[in-house]
Amino acid sequence: MPDYSWPKMDSRRQMGRRISRLDGMPKATGAARYPSDQNPPNLLHAALLTCPHAHAFLKSIDISEAKAMPGVTAIEVIWPPGRELQWQGAEIAAVAATSEEIARDAVRRIKVEYDVQAHLVREDDLGKAGNRAKPAGEQIDGDPDKAFQEADAVIAGNYNIAVLTHCCLEPHGQVIAWGDKLEYWPSTQSVSTIATDLGGSLKIPAADIHVNMDYMGGGFGSKFPADLWGAVCAKLSKASGGRPVKLFLDRATELQIAGCRPSVFSKVKVAAKKDGTVTAWQSETWATGGVGGGGVGADLLPYVHRKVPNRRINHTSVSINAGSARAWRAPNHPQLSYITCSAFEDVADKLGISALDLFLKNADYTNRPEVYRRQLNKAAELAEWRKLWHPRGDRTAGPVKRGLGIGVNSWGGLGHQSQVRTTIQPDGGVLLECGTQDLGVGTRTVIAQIAAESLGLPLNAVTVRIGDNRYPASGPSGGSTTVGGVSAATRKSSLNALDKLFQTVAASLGAPPEQLEATDGRIQVKGAPAKSLTWKQACAKLGTMPVSETGDSNVRRWREEGLMNQGAAGVQIADVSVDIETGVVKMNRIVAVQDCGLIVNPKLTESQVYGACIMNVCGALYEERILDQQTGRWLNADMEFYKLAGLGDIGEIVVHLEIDEENDKRGVIGIGEPPTVGTIAAIANAVANAIGVRVNMVPLTPHRVLGALAGRKA
Amino acid sequence: MNALEYANPTTLKDAVALLGPSWNDAAVLAGGTDLISMMKDLLVSPRRLVNIKNIAELGGIARKGGALRIGAAATFDDLASSAAVRAEFPALTEAVLGVTSPQIRNMGTAGGDLCQRPRCWFYRTGNGLLAIKDGKSLVPEGDNRYHAIFGGGPAYFVSASSLGPALVALNAKLRLVSAAGERTVEAARFFVSPQTPEQREVDLRPGEILADITVPLVKTRNFTYEVRQKEALDWPLTAASVALTMDGSRVKSAKIVLGHVAPTPWSAAKAEAFLTGKSIDETTAAAAGDAAADGAQPLSGNAYKVQLVKVAVKRALLAAARA
Repeated sequence: MPDYSWPKMDSRRQMGRRISRLDGMPKATGAARYPSDQNPPNLLHAALLTCPHAHAFLKSIDISEAKAMPGVTAIEVIWPPGRELQWQGAEIAAVAATSEEIARDAVRRIKVEYDVQAHLVREDDLGKAGNRAKPAGEQIDGDPDKAFQEADAVIAGNYNIAVLTHCCLEPHGQVIAWGDKLEYWPSTQSVSTIATDLGGSLKIPAADIHVNMDYMGGGFGSKFPADLWGAVCAKLSKASGGRPVKLFLDRATELQIAGCRPSVFSKVKVAAKKDGTVTAWQSETWATGGVGGGGVGADLLPYVHRKVPNRRINHTSVSINAGSARAWRAPNHPQLSYITCSAFEDVADKLGISALDLFLKNADYTNRPEVYRRQLNKAAELAEWRKLWHPRGDRTAGPVKRGLGIGVNSWGGLGHQSQVRTTIQPDGGVLLECGTQDLGVGTRTVIAQIAAESLGLPLNAVTVRIGDNRYPASGPSGGSTTVGGVSAATRKSSLNALDKLFQTVAASLGAPPEQLEATDGRIQVKGAPAKSLTWKQACAKLGTMPVSETGDSNVRRWREEGLMNQGAAGVQIADVSVDIETGVVKMNRIVAVQDCGLIVNPKLTESQVYGACIMNVCGALYEERILDQQTGRWLNADMEFYKLAGLGDIGEIVVHLEIDEENDKRGVIGIGEPPTVGTIAAIANAVANAIGVRVNMVPLTPHRVLGALAGRKA
Repeated sequence: MNALEYANPTTLKDAVALLGPSWNDAAVLAGGTDLISMMKDLLVSPRRLVNIKNIAELGGIARKGGALRIGAAATFDDLASSAAVRAEFPALTEAVLGVTSPQIRNMGTAGGDLCQRPRCWFYRTGNGLLAIKDGKSLVPEGDNRYHAIFGGGPAYFVSASSLGPALVALNAKLRLVSAAGERTVEAARFFVSPQTPEQREVDLRPGEILADITVPLVKTRNFTYEVRQKEALDWPLTAASVALTMDGSRVKSAKIVLGHVAPTPWSAAKAEAFLTGKSIDETTAAAAGDAAADGAQPLSGNAYKVQLVKVAVKRALLAAARA
């Protein structure tokens, strides 16, 4: 069996290089074909009829007029009369037609009667939630009451954060042609498993479903299932004689029903000693993600600092009439980090000590004290903490106040189950196949780098194919698990294939296979490089038969194999300027210090951190689902008042990856999620540091910032 | 969007002949940055679109007599790059640059800016212009963070126009042309606060096209200051346009017009009166800001806009004085 361990840091040729993503050019030029770009011949377009009410029973539905329209090929009625519809945007029926316009016109000709019911769409006032509030029960560690009594300082605060949605650039949807077999072009985070999901709905074997997806336009945790609209799209195709049907959600529906991140409202009390040591944590939180309520993992509080000895934790899940929550890039962690870090900085303020010192002091409550201390100091250095930090409230003249704030993160990121096939052709060609997906993070590039490294070849000597469920299966891309899984599997499949090649050429080099090595495009005898073949010469000896070997990430024995690992940590410091006359917050800089084990490609890793920070600048300053309790309807299911940052709103982002022998030894760890955590916390703290008061609800809009300055409740 | 007829006239005369006596007969298409999205959302469904972008006489920006004529079809980009506009009316240039999307500046027109519909989210989600449900407005008890603090209803939306406050401050006139003839209205009278859902927020009648805007070339110190949350495309939360006729270092007469705080551009008469005879400095500018906010009636969620009025007026005045 080959030695799969990673080559030593200083001997790597491809891994560790700052290679630009291999598919950057087709993406930038538009040559890349996303699922929503698929336009097979005879394509039909589908449109959804959705419920305009927050809560209603479907009384009747009449499709006769729509069905009679020229160009309409099929109508699927999703629910029979009597069905309870629990949120605006709930799917009711879908039409396939020869053009998008006809499909939309036909949807408007479907006559629906509703029996409208009372609704609840707001969770900010827990007192109004009645029996829709479900307390999870109290958890107590230690003796919080005693700790609060004995504390040198106690703070009480509210830290609230609105529901936000995933805002995938490419909305949810797919193209499906269901003839003899089913051709499926979904926008998904799970190429290898989605056929099982769709097949289950359609009652056909997954093996009869062919999934194709070369590119996809963002998922962030919301694109795992085939979804109702997937099954409906398939049925429309079948009812239209197998013609391909395209069904993608429009933007408003995408916001309404394709997933959201739960809100959290909180009442927090923290006790501390004079020196900044936190001695007790008490939190009452409540949250919603929609009808399913909202759990936010409150038992992880105080976030990262879970070993605070005295805790009282209460959480209440509130069900409201709105589209359901889905996993959102590091589910719960951004909210929990925001609540914890906000309360911690409020403690530091009350004690009159630096927030940095308070975090340093309490690092022992984390699972990795030394790591967090090192990261806090590094982030402080890069953010010019000693020069720029000041006690709460910038006292300099003028309306623009500057402040710094801290946020921390923690994540697992262990690789998932993944299998890769490496095929070496007699002509020297190398093909990597894996049923994984590239969410935009650089999965193709990572596979190519590891394969080239393992085979001693240049990057352009390997071809990577992903995004097809006929390739060896790979897990869903969620939980920052992809890079670990595909890296380990690529390493093993490539070395397995190479081992076969060694066996073929060993005799001609006069050495046993285990004495051979592949380097610089040659197969040579270790220690005797004069005895060698070029890669092409070696492959030619395969004769007619290619070598094709698989390898998998071994999720049961990952510790023994050492190729992948878990446990990322990070510290972020935000630097903001706030105009206290307008309440407008501007980002100056975010410093993000992050570890994530062995880093295959620093450039792609940094890109992940940039994207994570940008996404959370949006969450900290702009993003908010706004529902109207009077009508039960969305007020901002659009990209106009559901605001996202533009380039000028982001500020500078300084990424520091901890690349060193110590981290490298740990193996590959996922990076997609950890840096999304802590940005909102850091920004909220920076604003408090700048303006001298805590704004108790995120996003930090001018109306909330000015409200806090004026002493109004946000 | 419903199926519709598309007309592409090349003269104003032909264009007005293609309009009809009701709003549903035809809609005037210029940049389309608002109209097309409203059609997609089925908020309007005209039977005919009359494209006016190919009508040469509706374009252009030029000095004419004692005034600057801005063709209604002149784009925001035309306005932004006009040296004449910048030299005489920084209040207009600044308002134009407040639209931070190059795409919208390239497409959006001066006339379209004045005639665009309010962005009130109750209106845009199908509750009618006055957002009346079961006999009462949804705005006071709903999320009204972006709504009016002046006017006192029944309309609570804010005028979406970027140019409106500046044009009112600069005493501009608008020429409206129909098949029956033409009329001229002062910018200040063009904007109206509707009292019924059937009324419009501008004095434009079915069958009419806004042809051009005339701004008198009177020497003023003028400026526009917008408070926007984002650098990227975003609606102002509040804006103030000011035009000061000076007598030496003192204000002979002032025009101060607020944007995005009322169903129309809102003239701050108290602030205007206060400034007469004064010179502009931090103290007088701040006091004028306070006077401008006088009489505000904030709703449950937009008291912050009172503060924004104060700061927008103060900063617009200080910038105008420096200009």
